[in-house]
Amino acid sequence: MTVVVVTFPGSNCDRDCITAVVEGAHGAALRVFHKEHELPETTTAVILPGGFSFGDYLRCGAMAARSNLMPAIQRFVDAGGPVVGICNGFQILCEAGVLPGALLRNRDGRFHCEEVELEVSGDSPLLVAYQRNENIVLPIAHGEGNYFADDDTIALLERERRIAFRYVARDEQGHGAINGAKKAIAGVVGGPQRNVIGLMPHPERRSLDLHGADDGMPLLEALLSYSEHRRHS
Amino acid sequence: MRARVIVRLKPGVLDPQGAAVEDALHTLGFTGASNVRVQKLIELDVDAADADACKLLVLEMADQLLRNPVIEDCGVEVLQ
Amino acid sequence: MSKSALNKLKDTDLTTSEHGQAVGLSLDEFERAVKLIGRVPNKVELGCIGAMWSEHCSYKSSRVHLKRLPSAGPRVLVGPGENAGVVDVEPGNPQGWAVAFKVESHNHPSYIEPYQGAATGVGGILRDVFTMGARPIAAMNLLRFGRVAHPKTPSLVDGVVRGIGGYGNCFGVPTVYSSAEFDAAYDGNVLVNAFALGVLRKDRIWKGNASGVGNPVMYVGAKTGRDGIHGATMASDSFSAGKESERPTVQVGDPFKEKLLVEACLELFERGAELLVGIQDMGAAGLTSSLFEMASRAGSGVVIDLDQVPARETGMTAYELMLSESQERMVLVAQAGKDDDVRAIFHKWDLDCTTIGTVSDDGVVRLRKDGVEVCVLPATPLADEAPRYERPFTAPARPEPLTRVDVQALKKNPIQIVLDVLLSPSTAPKTWIYKQYDREVGAGTLMDGTHAAAALVRIPETQIAVALALCCNSRQCSLDPHEGAVRAVVEGVARISAVGAVAVGVTDCLNYGSPLVPEQMGQLAAGVDGIAHACRVLEVPVVSGNVSLYNQTDDQSVLPTPAVGVVGVVDDLATVAPAMPLKAGDVLIRIGAPPTSLEGSFALWGKVGRKGALPVLDLAATSILCGFVRDLRRGGHVLDARPTLLGGLAQCLFDFARCADLSARATLPVDEDFFASFLGEERLCFVVAVDNQGVFDVQRRCADAGIASAVLGALGVSSSFRLQDSGGDVVFDRPFQKLVDDAEAVVPDLIASGRRRSA
Repeated sequence: MTVVVVTFPGSNCDRDCITAVVEGAHGAALRVFHKEHELPETTTAVILPGGFSFGDYLRCGAMAARSNLMPAIQRFVDAGGPVVGICNGFQILCEAGVLPGALLRNRDGRFHCEEVELEVSGDSPLLVAYQRNENIVLPIAHGEGNYFADDDTIALLERERRIAFRYVARDEQGHGAINGAKKAIAGVVGGPQRNVIGLMPHPERRSLDLHGADDGMPLLEALLSYSEHRRHS
Repeated sequence: MRARVIVRLKPGVLDPQGAAVEDALHTLGFTGASNVRVQKLIELDVDAADADACKLLVLEMADQLLRNPVIEDCGVEVLQ
Repeated sequence: MSKSALNKLKDTDLTTSEHGQAVGLSLDEFERAVKLIGRVPNKVELGCIGAMWSEHCSYKSSRVHLKRLPSAGPRVLVGPGENAGVVDVEPGNPQGWAVAFKVESHNHPSYIEPYQGAATGVGGILRDVFTMGARPIAAMNLLRFGRVAHPKTPSLVDGVVRGIGGYGNCFGVPTVYSSAEFDAAYDGNVLVNAFALGVLRKDRIWKGNASGVGNPVMYVGAKTGRDGIHGATMASDSFSAGKESERPTVQVGDPFKEKLLVEACLELFERGAELLVGIQDMGAAGLTSSLFEMASRAGSGVVIDLDQVPARETGMTAYELMLSESQERMVLVAQAGKDDDVRAIFHKWDLDCTTIGTVSDDGVVRLRKDGVEVCVLPATPLADEAPRYERPFTAPARPEPLTRVDVQALKKNPIQIVLDVLLSPSTAPKTWIYKQYDREVGAGTLMDGTHAAAALVRIPETQIAVALALCCNSRQCSLDPHEGAVRAVVEGVARISAVGAVAVGVTDCLNYGSPLVPEQMGQLAAGVDGIAHACRVLEVPVVSGNVSLYNQTDDQSVLPTPAVGVVGVVDDLATVAPAMPLKAGDVLIRIGAPPTSLEGSFALWGKVGRKGALPVLDLAATSILCGFVRDLRRGGHVLDARPTLLGGLAQCLFDFARCADLSARATLPVDEDFFASFLGEERLCFVVAVDNQGVFDVQRRCADAGIASAVLGALGVSSSFRLQDSGGDVVFDRPFQKLVDDAEAVVPDLIASGRRRSA
């Protein structure tokens, strides 16, 4: 079984994700370039890593969402394959329409690199290794993480328990204090079998001993065990 | 043919750049300025038979890449 | 003479000494050039000579001093003179890891256009490092701005910080350490020094050599535009208020393109000598310096067809193509017949890659444009025989001695004087800055400047970590440029010792005023001697560096600012506990003998300005102390350590408390002076935080080593930050949270004040 980490031009967390899978979760990982048209046959899970794909010019994730490999990833999603999009990867999944909504520039117009407290709030096989409503701490590092979707979409996400993570610190309107994200949404669940998660925080940066905390590990472990489970069933 | 696409955030979508510009204008004393929105303007040459065909083609480009329909709408203008 | 007369010339028109002035050549230098090539240069040739002989490229005023720096050592793999220095991290392992690093200034461009100036500074230093074959894993910066009340300061801070973040974050290098200070001396000249460090295998070091007759010379990366023409000569000239319009256009950085460039280059390096001969980035003076330096290093020549250079604009002249400072470009020499393989790698990453010429054996750089030879210049003489000056220098005037009245004035209100130190923009936390830098990309950051004395970053896939800090106490350098420079090295070594690392190499960026002013030249000479002296005693070589002169506007020169980057190694990162959270009750112990005077201190400067002597550090004792603390940090009970630096012990204790999010209380041992001990900077001490059970052990180890130690107090025992004198009397007591909030607000308020002021 192989976790595929996709490298777009401008991806800069692809190696970090591979290290997290291999060194942290003792899985196998493979870098696949965006110009490919198919995922390797051995693919059991896909990570879209953080970075600035195509320079984030035009819009974050816009051009990556239209690259050669995306149709294959969409087919993988449709077949129930587990996919996690981190930071720029989340932006790409939204741009590709795999997940609803869009990520706008942070409300204060600045890049933020800091730890944030998050509430694990959604239902997904990729979240099972967390306690329900558990609070965790992960770092964010983004300039455009201000989640936006229309009210109907937000209501649907809430009703279907598809808000994967919420920022704990909120403003008076209940939006994320750090970036203005609507309803403090930091991550979203999608896919036909709730098999896709997009999130702004970086779980791979809390997955090794040297990080001093491992709040990102449950997500990566669930990604591996869910692929394992799918392979056997 | 030269075409111009204006991509703007839909009404109701927060525009932090616009808000920052508006704040700055106010502090400069332009208190009458409001509803500032920063928009994107894209110009391109298009190989098309006439203005209508050009516009149609550019609208298609807009829908496929230049705008994100979740947050943005757009206008197309054929320049010459 | 203005540049306009030069602009009217065509590429092949012959020039005069007056045109020479327009490219920064003195009359003597122009004559020297004529003698060297045996005829009058044409416009293209003059442009090349002007750029190569600029202060920025030739180090003509500083070279005579720089050779005094110790650059040899058992770990040094590549010393000064290449794109970056390289130091061995795993001696004894022939295929082991090495680190390449360098610091460089981008002061002048950052003042003109803070965002792009700072961004391209980061881009340039990253290219210097990956050109050696290294993958960048850490970046730092040292910033100096004018006083907070100066109208330009807020927008300069904002632009520079955004620019550094904008470039580094997108490129994907963690910016792990930043030193930012403020002083009126920088009102008209900010300093933006960018440092980068990369890792490479020591048997895979690449250099900028154009060797092998017939090998293709290739151009890769971004297209060439008209940006930044004459950047190198700008950095070699001082500003004056009326000359705004003559400043060249600023280069614009594209960090995305650079990210593609690094990935493509690293793929190329993987293929090794099968494809590649040599590679060099195009920095200051663009294509000119790359071609001349590469040919000169190899003792070869090159024949270049400038029509093949990818141009971004139409109608560019040879002069413009040679002097453009467009960013994200490199020149490489491939093995003959391997052009296509090289091109395939760059095309995979959607980058331009074009063969522009070939290596020749006559030692001459020949340029053709539109079928006409536009430049025939000897490579080595131009690169190596640039003018060198022994500029006259005088010892800088000593500051006025301190008077009794000065000290008494300061001691009148101890509460205010401590507050002045803790809440000064220079000492205040730089959280607002750090948050805009991605400090964790690479997932290898163990510590960064937000919470530790130095940064610590893992070499990927190993248990080895690299420690880094970039330091300079410019005020101390102003009091005494020699001793101040000594202390800049000591600060770096102390900082990396505090995180458990052994210093292995130094890089320096010497920021001074005009070399034509003897006293400012004297500051440079003394600064070099200070760094050389400290590096010899501390046994750490200087492997790379940069000199930035002419940091002056009209008559105001910057404080002498030799920025010293110190790199250290932790062989096994398990030995330095990953920044364990400190807890209430942890004990604070001071290690080392305390200062006995206020001379040279930040507190005193704030009150009386440039006054008093800077006491001379006992380097040998300080070196022993640093080693002792490093060993202490590496095992057992010591949870964290910090040297006492700017702002003395009071600032050190406050930083300890603030980073631990726990208040602190400290009482001086008997017979110490409150002011000297808490605010003095005469000597360097450390404060270590120790688990309650470890206090006895640490004290015993200090006693065994003959090093003074004193238990000062503890963390988190109350809600106030309290400093008590030797008698146990409370001298300073402030609600801790309020103090932290006030300190954290200093930098954001500075930015906000700029916005208010422009109203």
